Amino acid sequence: MSAAGQYDAIIVGGGHNGLVCAAFLARSGKRVLLLEAADHLGGAAVTREFAPGFRVSACAHLLHVMPPALMRELGLEAHGLKLAAASLPSVALAEDGRHLSFGPGDLAALTSAAPGDAAALADWQAFLKRVARALHPLLTETPPRLGTDAWRDRAALLGIGWRIRRLGRRDMRELLRIGGMCVHDLLEERFAHPLIKGALALDAVLGTNLGPRSPGTMVSLLYRVAASQGADVLALPQGGLGALSEALARSARAAGAELRTGAPVARILVREDRVAGVALASGEELAAPIVVSNADPKTTFLGLLGPQHLDAGFTRRVSQVRSRGFTAKLHLALERLPQFPGLAEAALRGRLLVAPSSDYIERAYNHAKYNEFSERPMLEVTIPTVSDATLAPSGKHVMSVIVQYAPYTVKQGWAAQRGPFTAQVLATLARYAPELPAAVSASELLTPEDIEREFRINGGHWHHAELTLDQFMMTRPVPGAAQYQTPVPGLYLCGAGCHPGGGVMGLAGRNAARQVIREAA
Amino acid sequence: MLTETAPHYRQPLLRTPFYERQREYSQLDSFVPWAGYSTFDVFTGVEQEYFAVRNASSLYDLTPMVKYRIAGPDALRFLNRLCTRDLGKLAPGRVSYTVWCDDAGKIIDDGTVFCIAPQEYRLCTAERQLDWFEASAIGFDVEIREITEEVAALAVQGPSSAKLLRGAGLGGIERLKPFEHGQFSMPRTGGGAPITLMVSRTGFTGDLGYELWMQPQDAESVWDALMDYGRTRAVRPIGSKALNMVRIEAGFLLPNVDFVSAAHTLYLGTERSPIELGLAWLIDYKKGHFTGRRALLAESARPPKRQLVGLDIEGTKPAHNALVYTDRSGRKEAGSVTSALWSPTCKRNLALAIVDAPFIEVGSTVWAEIYLSRELVWERRMVRARVVERPFFAPPRRRATPPADF
Amino acid sequence: MLRHCRFIKPLLLREPPDPTSFRPRDLQELLFLGKHFHKLGEARMYDTMRFFTMSCADMLEEYFESEIVKAHLSGSSIIGTALGPRSPGSAYVLLHHYMGSIDGAVGAWGFARGGMGAITQALAKSFQASGGTVRASAPVEQILVRGGRATGVVLAGGEELHAPVVVSNMDVKRTFLETVAPEHLPPEFVEQVRRFKIRGSSGKLNIALDGLPHFPAIPQGSPSTRGDMHITDTLEMVERAYDDWKEGRWSREPYVDMLIPTQIDPTMTPDGKHYMSVFVQYCPYKLADGEWTPEKRQAFGNTVIDAIARHSPDFKSLILHAEIRTPKDIENEVGLTEGNIFQGELTFDQLLFNRPIPGYAQYRAPVRGMYMCGSSTHPGGGVMGAPGANSANAILRDLGRLQ
Repeated sequence: MSAAGQYDAIIVGGGHNGLVCAAFLARSGKRVLLLEAADHLGGAAVTREFAPGFRVSACAHLLHVMPPALMRELGLEAHGLKLAAASLPSVALAEDGRHLSFGPGDLAALTSAAPGDAAALADWQAFLKRVARALHPLLTETPPRLGTDAWRDRAALLGIGWRIRRLGRRDMRELLRIGGMCVHDLLEERFAHPLIKGALALDAVLGTNLGPRSPGTMVSLLYRVAASQGADVLALPQGGLGALSEALARSARAAGAELRTGAPVARILVREDRVAGVALASGEELAAPIVVSNADPKTTFLGLLGPQHLDAGFTRRVSQVRSRGFTAKLHLALERLPQFPGLAEAALRGRLLVAPSSDYIERAYNHAKYNEFSERPMLEVTIPTVSDATLAPSGKHVMSVIVQYAPYTVKQGWAAQRGPFTAQVLATLARYAPELPAAVSASELLTPEDIEREFRINGGHWHHAELTLDQFMMTRPVPGAAQYQTPVPGLYLCGAGCHPGGGVMGLAGRNAARQVIREAA
Repeated sequence: MLTETAPHYRQPLLRTPFYERQREYSQLDSFVPWAGYSTFDVFTGVEQEYFAVRNASSLYDLTPMVKYRIAGPDALRFLNRLCTRDLGKLAPGRVSYTVWCDDAGKIIDDGTVFCIAPQEYRLCTAERQLDWFEASAIGFDVEIREITEEVAALAVQGPSSAKLLRGAGLGGIERLKPFEHGQFSMPRTGGGAPITLMVSRTGFTGDLGYELWMQPQDAESVWDALMDYGRTRAVRPIGSKALNMVRIEAGFLLPNVDFVSAAHTLYLGTERSPIELGLAWLIDYKKGHFTGRRALLAESARPPKRQLVGLDIEGTKPAHNALVYTDRSGRKEAGSVTSALWSPTCKRNLALAIVDAPFIEVGSTVWAEIYLSRELVWERRMVRARVVERPFFAPPRRRATPPADF
Repeated sequence: MLRHCRFIKPLLLREPPDPTSFRPRDLQELLFLGKHFHKLGEARMYDTMRFFTMSCADMLEEYFESEIVKAHLSGSSIIGTALGPRSPGSAYVLLHHYMGSIDGAVGAWGFARGGMGAITQALAKSFQASGGTVRASAPVEQILVRGGRATGVVLAGGEELHAPVVVSNMDVKRTFLETVAPEHLPPEFVEQVRRFKIRGSSGKLNIALDGLPHFPAIPQGSPSTRGDMHITDTLEMVERAYDDWKEGRWSREPYVDMLIPTQIDPTMTPDGKHYMSVFVQYCPYKLADGEWTPEKRQAFGNTVIDAIARHSPDFKSLILHAEIRTPKDIENEVGLTEGNIFQGELTFDQLLFNRPIPGYAQYRAPVRGMYMCGSSTHPGGGVMGAPGANSANAILRDLGRLQ
């Protein structure tokens, strides 16, 4: 056992939230040790070489929900984070070549193609911005507990109510109306052009286990919007998301945190009903009075800690957390830049959306409900090499595709289905870029099972747990562990399985650090 | 008309293997459902059956008691995480009474745990609750199976019960100490292989007594052997009404009478912790984590708000469902009675009641509001009651080993 | 479920608060709701939050193993909705169907002797006994508004009736888009009414039978034929039935809820003959391939009858007559817009203070003296009578006449 007193806090897992938590804890004066099982830091926010010379962001491929304030606080720019591109536009692809391009504040192309929708979109974005500013503080705060007498919880609840009230009657009414709605119905109210509706619906369902007609999809949209405070500025880090994690690691080290890779944690140690440290797979034991887990809730509670330290009702709730991934990632090594008829090459720097209508997405979703996948999947595509030449050999390119829907369990199993699935995605892309398949020299598919294995996330869900209204705020991941603390004194959570949830945001890590500092005081 | 071959929707209640035998003794045809079985609440008369328990011996059909077999490499770890008591010390051949609670430290149920062999246990309880056990089993390598119908059970209780069992052919019964169990055999009437069965020195009467656990096909033979010997020796089958009387004298709790399972409460604030039920002695905080431990620890650090206590009430009229007050004026409530009886053995008017602090101390005085009906003319009486120790009746014969003949 | 029923019951006969207002009444009501919720205690508050936001399928999967049990229970979560059992919020609809009670038996559903018509007949008699006048065959074409006040109605044929209070039991679309001239209403309100979701998804078959059909799967003599009968084996079947509706088709394998009430109510048919009521999900109001025609209606009916016949070999031979109602027929016959049986979908954005329109969830129309009392208002559909009672209270309060 390491000498007791050497570390004040041990962080299990070096994903981006763990790194953020390490940085803040170290800055507060704590002696922090972070343990990562893989031989590199970043969790799922890494850049991987999926074919010789071709590198790609493993999961999320855009940076857009990490608050700039947080990035500044951690000095990420000084620690080497550069953006290869920012304010990327989105292109809603159409099979007939009449694509629609739009970006934040840039509705020129849309205005000529669909003037009514352009005006509606401007309206909608303005509304979202107002709402986002009111909701954003929710993400940076610990969710209040309900039913307690603690003044802090009551104040927080009143604060939420007050912020929503301050939106004014009209916005408040609208927010209360649409909060639980399905995005499909909302889009039907406000927009006419199917490509616009498809693109906006994509934003609401990307990364979820829901379709556009599922109530609650407005929550994921509002959440995404609140995270970026309505700006929704899409950025591409130079070197992929891995560069972000590297900058986070430098920031944490600069603050004094010790970061160790290749150190898988096997068990969280408990003595006298308090956390005492961790035991590595190698058998080495490390002592600390505080352990913060960046792992997903099931791995943390059912795997590393063990239900024998938890109450049965709590254990059951954890086992019922819905955490199966529905999203896959396809990486393509391209010999040349593909042509998208109707799209200028310059537009390829943006993100390309295959979501020609809300119904298209819903049909793709239907299959996933029955452990099938659609032959017309919904895709979010980036070609990061257009802005960042470091990711591939000169003249060659990388295509990064987020694919929905790829259910965790698929009929006949993923081993048998990887090939057909990849073929479907390529065939879908070929409808928009007919020469694309010929340009592919290598490909890699990450199914939810692969994500589970590679990134050690139970269920293979990038966000560690579905982001739905019943797994949200004070019920995320489960009541009793929704304020970063857990029933075991000294054990905390800091990953995407807590509030505010997934996406490369870093707020879970920061909020958890604040909670630890507050309670240790 | 209930028959063996009637389809399930015409015969909703099951019958135990003792049903036919018991039927012969039922003068009053008075049945009550328990755990899905049709059971007898009285055969001839409550008083006669009561006195059989206190003066001679009684037979009570325990078969509907819900039984679970719990076995596997983690069986003990599972049980210790489920229950408040430390079952690590429970060796094969011993039985332990325990409670288990939910995350908030509120009682879900009580029961007895038999250690059959290392990592093999039998848990007996009044209600089915496999879903809670399965939730408790997440992460444990243990198999839990309900075996209610696989085990027929008979409670033989009363001062002459040891003599009765020996008389029926169960040799060696006198060596069984309280809370022990063992395998025994008895000759089968009409010849054939002897009947083997498990006998435990346990019971719900607070008196000398045993519980017999046997295969269903042996049930009637066991019954016959007992009644052949016992018929001329004041042995009677008893129903649940008489059992209820003796268990109150013994200070034992009955679910849905003295407490409601936290798993089923609809109204808030009606769940009770073992501390509130006066069962704090069943909680072992030092044995490691169990469900509800943290909540109970926090509760034990706070002054108690209420507690289940025993009351000795003036007068002779039982205080069924009586509200309890701080004084005779009846202006301020202090709790309510859950179980009550005039005890023919103790010759006292007794009750179990949930009473508010500070009246939970032994010696406190409270007032019970008793309603009496004399041929439908109702009268209300405020009667003084004193908080007393439980159990009310605890004769030394219940622990004697070897036990006396009567 | 009983815990959730107990929680929601007191909320049914209460006017929803306007959360954007600072009026004492609204603040008081918000406080009441907050306290009521708070009384559950922390653990049950979270349970309630989860229950109200989960999908029925996810909820059932936490409790049950058997697919048939789950499928059976999920039926109540989709009735009259544009949702499937996997849609978040469908668990609430399940509660909506359990939260009633009859004579103290919570969750019970009863048969009215003489059919559902007996209930409305009794209501009408009660109304008349209190001094009310009922005129049938008196279609209202227009609600008269003068100077921003409701002054009465105009019947088809021109007859005018005047009153200072006009209450509409019609759904909100029919009321404000067809019966009130738009110039009397705020344009934004009209727009909100237009987008109010009232998509019909239910069909009905009323079948006259020459005898009791034989269901081989039901044991001879079992009382099961006297209750609700379902033929859906899996949650997947129910969800796929929903997928069909989204595509503008009736479900190829519909969810049906069959009832043969003549087994206990002899007043409805000649002796020996029976009446089967079949409630169907899903059947769209708008078909993808054009308008409803008598042929399409028959085809829909045949789909349902074929589905039932797969479980009852003599069923078809016993059919004397099958009356088939699509949402279009329901709209035509009964005046329910788009055939939605709840006068509006029961989703978060159309419940409580959002029902039917945010800001107009307290039974009062934007026209003074005019009110709404139908299922388009809180607490929504089902033969409950609560919207009517709450509306009456609101009217009496406004008139200063509330006891």
